[in-house]
Amino acid sequence: MNTIPLRTGSDGTNPEIGGDPICSISEVSKTYAGGFHALDGVSLEIRKGEILALLGPNGAGKTTLISIICGIVKSSGGSVTVGGYDVGRHFRQSRSLIGLVPQEINLEPFETVSNTVNFSRGLFGKPKDTDYIEKVLKRLSLWDKRKDQIVTLSGGMKRRVLIAKALSHEPRVLFLDEPTAGVDVELRKDMWEIVRALQADGVTIILTTHYIEEAEAIADRVGVIDKGKLLLVEDKSTLMQRMGTKQIRIELQSALESIPDALSQYELEIDKTGNALIYTYDPTGGRTGITSLFSDLKSAGLVLCDVQTYQSSLEEIFVDLIKAQT
Amino acid sequence: MNLHAIKAIYIFEMSRTFRTILQSLVSPVLSTSLYFVVFGAAIGSRFAEVEGVSYGTFIVPGLIMLTVLTQAVSNASFGIYFPRFIGTIQEILSAPISSLEIVVGYVGAAATKSFVIGLIILATAHLFVPLRIDHPVWMLGFLVLTCVSFALFGFIIGIWAKNFEQLQLVPLLVITPLVFLGGSFYSISMLPPVWQKVTLFNPVVYLISGFRWSFFGESDVGVGLSLAMVLLFLSICLAIIMWIFKTGYRIRN
Repeated sequence: MNTIPLRTGSDGTNPEIGGDPICSISEVSKTYAGGFHALDGVSLEIRKGEILALLGPNGAGKTTLISIICGIVKSSGGSVTVGGYDVGRHFRQSRSLIGLVPQEINLEPFETVSNTVNFSRGLFGKPKDTDYIEKVLKRLSLWDKRKDQIVTLSGGMKRRVLIAKALSHEPRVLFLDEPTAGVDVELRKDMWEIVRALQADGVTIILTTHYIEEAEAIADRVGVIDKGKLLLVEDKSTLMQRMGTKQIRIELQSALESIPDALSQYELEIDKTGNALIYTYDPTGGRTGITSLFSDLKSAGLVLCDVQTYQSSLEEIFVDLIKAQT
Repeated sequence: MNLHAIKAIYIFEMSRTFRTILQSLVSPVLSTSLYFVVFGAAIGSRFAEVEGVSYGTFIVPGLIMLTVLTQAVSNASFGIYFPRFIGTIQEILSAPISSLEIVVGYVGAAATKSFVIGLIILATAHLFVPLRIDHPVWMLGFLVLTCVSFALFGFIIGIWAKNFEQLQLVPLLVITPLVFLGGSFYSISMLPPVWQKVTLFNPVVYLISGFRWSFFGESDVGVGLSLAMVLLFLSICLAIIMWIFKTGYRIRN
């Protein structure tokens, strides 16, 4: 992948992560004409320069939330500002800050890559800038395909065209709606690299996904949405620390039938084979008890063969959260 | 005013015409030529003069209107329906662009196409029959107003249509009969008295009458009335479009 930097924001600087929110969502709700409640009082602040992953099962309300911020869907209540501009009253200012990569591959099939990207730039009120568009296309490895009709491109290339269109007007906030749905592993990793490079340029990125590994791989913060409600938003590392537990698997030279009395004070389990002890502990607490456990293991006369540590993944945290809701 | 956006939509729409130049320009010219061969030369030669000109010449304004109306409606309806169909409308709805600018871009492109086709047909007609234009400024004015009004009408159909059948339905079931019965090929005075009254409910009568007046100085209804009716139709279409964007009808959930 090409890593030519794109332009940074209008102030020319890389905004610091954790500064003022670039996007504030306050008590947003949406009820569709059929009576379906897609969103129920969602409030969220998106920080400048971060990568925020919105996780949730299909139909959770992720796309509706993005569509409201981008102006495609009207909210039934609440307010949204982008860069301090209300998305309803000051739609011109707010929308010109936003780039949207939709979930569906919506492209005019018979247009060329270059024309369709230039069209997007114009649509967002920017004068023609061939140098900038060239940089975008080169970064997305689309430069060689610029004269090709969209219909001749592969699915992965079409997704890149969608990203190029979204970046064509130099947005400060980029929404990626399920950017890697139905994309092969190789391309998914490529996309992640593109997203990281954009963040380095100072672009704030919000992506929705139902692939937890995606959030785990690239997000700074994670929000979980289910049934139109935002269940939580937290720094990924805090979330994994708070919700995640750690375990140590201690392989023993000889099998055990029961836990020796000397070790009864520890959260220990004997594994099914009897050849290993599983120690569960809270990594966030100051004292994990590991040092004393190992010294007590030695005193109890147990001989260790191997030690492995294991941390619960975001996926397990997510599944636990969704289960707790239902 | 987001002029870059209007320009972007306009150029994008016009480039579709250049991509499909054959359907866009050649086919209307061909079908008009066939009308001239059949009605002008073959059948028309047996007709007496109408309003002081030969029948072949008499039908020129009506034929131009027939094609221009159909083209304006189909270009504009397709222009906005296609992005809805393939989903690219989402990008337009998420752009910092007002409803008016969207309409100006799409309707402007559709009106331009039909205007150019109108002029090409006029030139084609000139090859077949002798022509005179008494009021060229009025002629161009009527042509522009017609292109714009019916492109607006087409835009409404493009928003209303749920599928390609509906998109075809209105031009087929409404526009063609209205144009054929609107005096494209005859003068209203040729009709029985009752039908002369009935036909006054057809808005196209006023268009064709006014347009024909700009050529030959003769009309079925007064030119002022014709102009007023075109402007009325234009205003109704504009009002409907404003309502569409205000309510988000069929485009914004």
